[in-house]
Amino acid sequence: MNDLLRLTGEHLLIVAIAVAIAIAAGVPLGTFAHRRRRAGGIAMRVTDIVQTIPSLAMFGFLIPLPFIGGIGARPAIVALVLYSLLPIVRSTFVGLERVDPHVREAATAMGMTDRQLLWNVELPLATPAIVAGIRIAAVTAIGVATIAAAVGGGGLGTLIFRGVAMVDTRLILSGALPAALLAIAADLVMTQVERFFARRRGEG
Amino acid sequence: MPKKHQAQNSPVIEYRNVSVIRAGAPILDHIDLHIGKGERVAYLGRSGAGKTTALKVINGLIAASSGEVVIDGTSIAQHALPALRRRIGYVMQQPALFPHRTVLDNIATVPRLLEWPEERVRSESQRLLEQLELPAKTFGARFPRMLSGGQQQRVAIARALIASPEILLCDEPFSALDPLIRAELQTLFRSATEARAATTLVFVTHDVREALRIAERVIVFDEGRVVVDTPSSAFMKHEHPLVRRFVEA
Repeated sequence: MNDLLRLTGEHLLIVAIAVAIAIAAGVPLGTFAHRRRRAGGIAMRVTDIVQTIPSLAMFGFLIPLPFIGGIGARPAIVALVLYSLLPIVRSTFVGLERVDPHVREAATAMGMTDRQLLWNVELPLATPAIVAGIRIAAVTAIGVATIAAAVGGGGLGTLIFRGVAMVDTRLILSGALPAALLAIAADLVMTQVERFFARRRGEG
Repeated sequence: MPKKHQAQNSPVIEYRNVSVIRAGAPILDHIDLHIGKGERVAYLGRSGAGKTTALKVINGLIAASSGEVVIDGTSIAQHALPALRRRIGYVMQQPALFPHRTVLDNIATVPRLLEWPEERVRSESQRLLEQLELPAKTFGARFPRMLSGGQQQRVAIARALIASPEILLCDEPFSALDPLIRAELQTLFRSATEARAATTLVFVTHDVREALRIAERVIVFDEGRVVVDTPSSAFMKHEHPLVRRFVEA
């Protein structure tokens, strides 16, 4: 039981760190992609390709890399960041893209600078979409993090892999069930956060 | 009420040989115009005549391909656009209110950019909302989505007027509204803008009756050129064939 709590905590910590880094990088990247179509298109394509790499293969790629790779929590976090990036970059782009061009024109015509337009109008209006992207990123990351145990990343996957090795179904389930519950809980919580932001702009 | 001429000597808006070319075709074709301080001008024309483009070169939303637009004696190219635009009100066909901000916060946009004290922002916006018959007590805290199209457009007008702009640009602000509401808003708009005698008004429309109701000078655009420039009072008798067509329509 103690083990379970510790591993759940580890699992959440890895996911939280990875998603936080992905938000910090992904929202600016999505904004950049929206402002500079050409360069942004390339960045999005790269995150697209990263997303298609099977997760076990990704961990495999990371093992021989210095600094970001190897064994343990670090490569796990790096892989999760890479997976979380795409939904966040994409949803930021889409959220900005959906801002009514008339609203943008009105803001410009009232004398907002580019930066004011971004912070006062575009990002607040894109927030529900960005939060939706973060929700997808978090749920995916909770799932992929179970595989991180394969490279010594810790988390609930440790129980699953140990269970597989010992052909112990109870042990497998003791890791798999909490991992699934975490994913469902994260989805529910983030859906509420999404609703909150939608309601704040008078849509609820 | 409409205070006329002292105006004409000091042009606020000047077009000097202004052309706008898109995809090789002129949208504005060598325009020369003077608009004096406090004048109320309507740009009339069919769709595609260039009137909206002529409006948008004033606040730099569209840049002239050649020639220059001069505001207050300084070419647009020399103005810092954000600062200039805070002195120019802008209302378009779509209310384009900020959906994530309440009515009062929408109206406060330009005053906040100008860093007015909050106290003044509040009292001014309340006064303006009363004037537009949209009491702040009832409507101030609402979000744009909760308002009808006509109510939203009143908020857009208040948002454009609050900082007493030197110039007010309107691009068919009432054409998406149904006729009864349109007439009501035209009346409210007239009294709200006439109360600000120093504000120069440029009003784009394709509706002759609206142009004559709101402006004291009518400029008719056709194929990117100014074809008629006349006081409203002389418009109905003007002989230009395009005017005749407008009048008889």
